[in-house]
Amino acid sequence: MSATIEITNVSKRYGALSVLDDISLSVKAGEFVVFLGPSGCGKSTLLRMIAGLEDVTAGTISVGDQRVDTLPPGKRGVAMVFQSYALYPHMTVAQNMSFGLENIGLPKGEIEGRVQQAAATLEIAHLLDRKPAKLSGGQRQRVAIGRAIVKEPKAFLFDEPLSNLDAALRGRTRLELAQLHARLGSTMIFVTHDQVEAMTLADRIVIMHNRGIEQVGTPMEIYRRPASRFVAGFVGSPAMNFVPLKSVTGNGRTLTIGTDGLGDISAAFQLPSSFTPEGASLGIRAEDVSVLPDGQGGIALKAEVVERLGDRTLIYGHLADGTKLTAETDGRSEARGGDTLQLVLDTTAIHLFDAAGIAHHSEGE
Amino acid sequence: MAESYRRSQWSNSLFILPYLSVFAVLLVFPLFWGAWLSLHKVDLFGPGRFVGLGNYARVLADPVFLQALRNTVIFVLVSVPSLVALGLFLALALNKTTRTTSFLRGLFFSSSVLSVTIVTLIWRFVFIPGDGLLAVVSEQLGMQPVNFLSTSGWSLFSVGVATVWWCLGLPMMLFLAALQQIPNDLYEAAALDNASPWRVLIRVTLPSIARTIMLVTIIQIVMQFQLFGQAQIMTNGGPNGTSRPLVMYIYEVGFVRWDVGKAAAASEFLFLIILVAAMAQYIVSTRKSEASE
Repeated sequence: MSATIEITNVSKRYGALSVLDDISLSVKAGEFVVFLGPSGCGKSTLLRMIAGLEDVTAGTISVGDQRVDTLPPGKRGVAMVFQSYALYPHMTVAQNMSFGLENIGLPKGEIEGRVQQAAATLEIAHLLDRKPAKLSGGQRQRVAIGRAIVKEPKAFLFDEPLSNLDAALRGRTRLELAQLHARLGSTMIFVTHDQVEAMTLADRIVIMHNRGIEQVGTPMEIYRRPASRFVAGFVGSPAMNFVPLKSVTGNGRTLTIGTDGLGDISAAFQLPSSFTPEGASLGIRAEDVSVLPDGQGGIALKAEVVERLGDRTLIYGHLADGTKLTAETDGRSEARGGDTLQLVLDTTAIHLFDAAGIAHHSEGE
Repeated sequence: MAESYRRSQWSNSLFILPYLSVFAVLLVFPLFWGAWLSLHKVDLFGPGRFVGLGNYARVLADPVFLQALRNTVIFVLVSVPSLVALGLFLALALNKTTRTTSFLRGLFFSSSVLSVTIVTLIWRFVFIPGDGLLAVVSEQLGMQPVNFLSTSGWSLFSVGVATVWWCLGLPMMLFLAALQQIPNDLYEAAALDNASPWRVLIRVTLPSIARTIMLVTIIQIVMQFQLFGQAQIMTNGGPNGTSRPLVMYIYEVGFVRWDVGKAAAASEFLFLIILVAAMAQYIVSTRKSEASE
């Protein structure tokens, strides 16, 4: 069972403090949507408003075709997996999973059937008689998911459920969550501040910042065509390079973009007439900045730190005017800190951000 | 380094010496001296005479002791559950952080700081025949006033009411502390699990504070078996010894009739009863929580 979630003009205020401002979002049935943003951007608050754990100050929330923002949490048809798992410590795994079903008066046989089935799905059948204190972090995580599954909810809500797991387990659980979504086909909303989780799990990512939604898009749209300087800087590791603009000249498709650090660059852009270079910046990802073999003319970069990741090498350094820049090269690079390297940019992968942070993407492909 | 570390450990133990000496002189020594006295016919004015278990036999044969024992057991059976239930109820009701609840917490706790004399004085104003609050109220309502302090049955009840009022602060505070330890996300999970307020109380809140309920019960069993001051001042054990508790019996035998050996034997019985009651409570509740694990 899966349902659409419709968030319409939702705001949240605590007294004079505004946390979320006029948020609208449509989640399709069966879609896996990830709310991604830095700490304090309101992503958890928005999730908790869908769950009914926080009141909505203004606006409406619907699950399926039912308006739910006035209903208590238990009547909304959603299930939530908490960051801390919030398992009842004095109940066994089976009791934890069946508690919600007992509360709605489901017949005993049906409860047992659902618990057994969910336990089999999550491979926790052998843990059903244990208490949460006797489980490992990963097992608790599964029980928390099992407690959600048995309810057969219209939508699953995950509040940073992987952040308490160690790195290896986090990777494995991420994969299992993706498989679970494929198997159940349920609507899922997942809150995280980890961009790897967002990129790998999401059908669509909702980037949140500053009380609002910054961009909604598929992982590759977010990565390739960030809507704003914030999104460009937040998604991707290492973060996108930003270089201040000095001038933009030329008309038609091909523009000459003047910068202090990178010199003049020709690139295809369709900029609005209102675009001015004041306060604007050029953005390019490290992977689109490559290192030329010695001797060939390019953009000089004085390397400061070289990070060898095995498959690739990241070079952190500064340009002639002091602007910091990160370049990526292959894993066999022998560059070292203090070397001066020659760079070349992939001008089709350049982004321009105006003073307000609005992005314009290169059109040359 | 190891040597200086060992020496520092020895000198550290000096810090607990003052307490240890007081503990030994005022608790450990009397414990054994009391056991020794209970085996002697002794009146504190002359040398004692060893009588073996004779004092114990005399205590068990004394109808006044048996009456006091029955009174005390009834008192504990009624007052301890009342204290636990009322303390829990108040804690649940006041487990919010508003000005009103903070004020009320202080108010309910304030009775605990009063001395037994003040407490009994206040409750004498309530229970005393003629001018007492309850007498005036029942007269206003046209009912025959009950003589609470000198009617068999009512006298022990009155002592119980004063005791519950006096002792309520500590259970309430212990329960409040325990309630505030329960993570809020358990309640959020319960809300998403469609649990009614009653189900939340029974299945989430109470199991989460089970250890504190046991702790409060044991503390109160130990305290209420030692009932003395309230009964002494409010009813003097009357009428006909129907509100005389064990400690009062021990006091009367030991310091009014100077039969110190017999009083010591009765004290050993009281010690044993408290020990068994507290242990039984402990064993029952740990076995229950183990069985459910």
